[in-house]
Amino acid sequence: MGIRFDSVTVAYDGNVVLDSLDLTVEPGEVMALLGPSGSGKTTALRAVAGFVRPASGRVFLAEKDVTDLPPHRRGIGMVVQQYALFPHLRVDENVAFGLKARKAPKGEIRGRVAEALEMTGMAAYARRFPRELSGGQQQRVAIARALAIRPEVLLLDEPLSALDARLRSGMLTELARLHRELPGVSMLYVTHDQVEALTLADRIAVMDKARLQACGTPRELYRSPADEFTASFVGGANLVPVTVGAGGVSFAGTELKVATEGVAVGARATLCVRPHVVGLGQGPNQLVGVVREIQWRGATHRLYVEVDGHTVMADLRELKDPPAHGDLVSLHFAPDDAVLLAAGAGHG
Amino acid sequence: MAEAVRKPRVVRGWPRSSPRPFGARLLWVLPPVALLALFFLYPLALVVQQSFRPDSGGTSLQPYADVFASEAFRHALWTTVWLALASTGGCLVLGFLLALVIAFVPLPGAKGVARFIDVYLSFPSFLITLALLFIYGTTGIIGSFQFLTTPWGVLLAEVTYFTPFVMRPLLAAFSQLDTAQLEAASSLGARAPRIVRQVILPEALPALAAGGSLVLVLCLNEFGIVLFTGAKGVTTLPMLVYSKAILESDYPGACVVAVVNVLISVGLYGLYRVVSRRAGA
Repeated sequence: MGIRFDSVTVAYDGNVVLDSLDLTVEPGEVMALLGPSGSGKTTALRAVAGFVRPASGRVFLAEKDVTDLPPHRRGIGMVVQQYALFPHLRVDENVAFGLKARKAPKGEIRGRVAEALEMTGMAAYARRFPRELSGGQQQRVAIARALAIRPEVLLLDEPLSALDARLRSGMLTELARLHRELPGVSMLYVTHDQVEALTLADRIAVMDKARLQACGTPRELYRSPADEFTASFVGGANLVPVTVGAGGVSFAGTELKVATEGVAVGARATLCVRPHVVGLGQGPNQLVGVVREIQWRGATHRLYVEVDGHTVMADLRELKDPPAHGDLVSLHFAPDDAVLLAAGAGHG
Repeated sequence: MAEAVRKPRVVRGWPRSSPRPFGARLLWVLPPVALLALFFLYPLALVVQQSFRPDSGGTSLQPYADVFASEAFRHALWTTVWLALASTGGCLVLGFLLALVIAFVPLPGAKGVARFIDVYLSFPSFLITLALLFIYGTTGIIGSFQFLTTPWGVLLAEVTYFTPFVMRPLLAAFSQLDTAQLEAASSLGARAPRIVRQVILPEALPALAAGGSLVLVLCLNEFGIVLFTGAKGVTTLPMLVYSKAILESDYPGACVVAVVNVLISVGLYGLYRVVSRRAGA
């Protein structure tokens, strides 16, 4: 069962928070809705759950129009940032809540609760109250509760944002495992964290300012982003203004060799280079600048180099002999590691 | 009537880990304690003392024996207790339903209603009774309904007047409720009645306990409403105190009834707190 948004627009008091969204989540696919706060991603998820009513457009689940169905008749599993467990119910009672609400046969409930708790590794905590669990455990229970009703669509609204960094990466692995074990379940995963989106999603929909900016596989968005917003939001990027020439571009008086298909000679454009493809020293496509900032990050060094008034970031494998603040260094990158973004493709 | 409510507040309001030395702390405690003693404990002690002083002189249990033996007292005792319990029950049910509607049904003016409740709490109780008399009384708008002078009339007036006392803490509790829980419940397939029963009600229990115990104590000691409505047929303990003291000039008898009334208030209130704490409130 997939999800389909058909030009869904949501407005509060005339203020458009989701602007004619067209998006399809295939059955069994994990779609990440990635964007900064206020980008409309949570609104899109709530429109699927039935908690906001579109001003126009329709929402489909498995090709069935559910726009006018109340939330309790949509059969969707939902997991939110703050867990939203029922505090007066024990873990197993929390998980059984949906089954009882849907009048599942009594004999079946016990088995399915056990199954859901087993799947999320919480079977040993069945008789605990939510307040007796850590944040990560509570979120596992919330996931078990959502999965117990065997939904074909699982909505996850920033499910890891309340957890600390270490737990987050563990839970990310868990979610990926759950996705493998439940290949039929479509997931809509709302997040502002590009790592979560890149790790988990089959496809990413990048949202900004109530609009869908780009949609594609993580690799597509990372390798060849369609616009500046996507480039910087997914993975981080150096974005420098260039003038297009024949067979390359010029930046700060330097000729750089990059693919220029589809962009007219003489046009202004933006060159996108990922920090981790930038190398230190001599090479093709060389840029010379002054080190303004150097950060040691354990396995890497991040250099901020000022080139003709623009800051270029470089992520380098930990340097034995790193340059000092104020040193003149040369940076380089391979021609096929850069993407040229035509002017006007940027957002806003 | 407010003593059962006011007394623990002095203790509760005191910061537990005060850095002040003991002497200074004592100095701060002394004035309120002295005031409490002068204006509340001393008169109360006088009442208790008077209840052991029959008109014939000396100190004896005779006033108690006399009062307990009288049919009027036993009847008033029973009326007081069942009226207070029934009113509290009525207020809890009605207050819960009304608070639910105001808090969760998107109505225009719900905020205004909530604010009006605050004002309503400041109305004197007989005002409501007077309003009821205007509508249902012998010369009322709708016509003459005899029930106003029966216990049912008192019950109606008490429920009408005291329901907002239950709604106030409930509305505060509902505004604290995590809407994500309600949404989780409904996406799990629960309809409104199940959400109310299994999600909202359990979290409202402390507020219900607070409102309920307040109303219970207030109802046990209510005087104005009973005087205005049921005066002819309904006698509660406060009414009995009044009639014994003012009409019959039987001061020891009045004091006995007063002592019993205080004991019942404190006793029922305590019982209620224990029960509601057991219930997880």
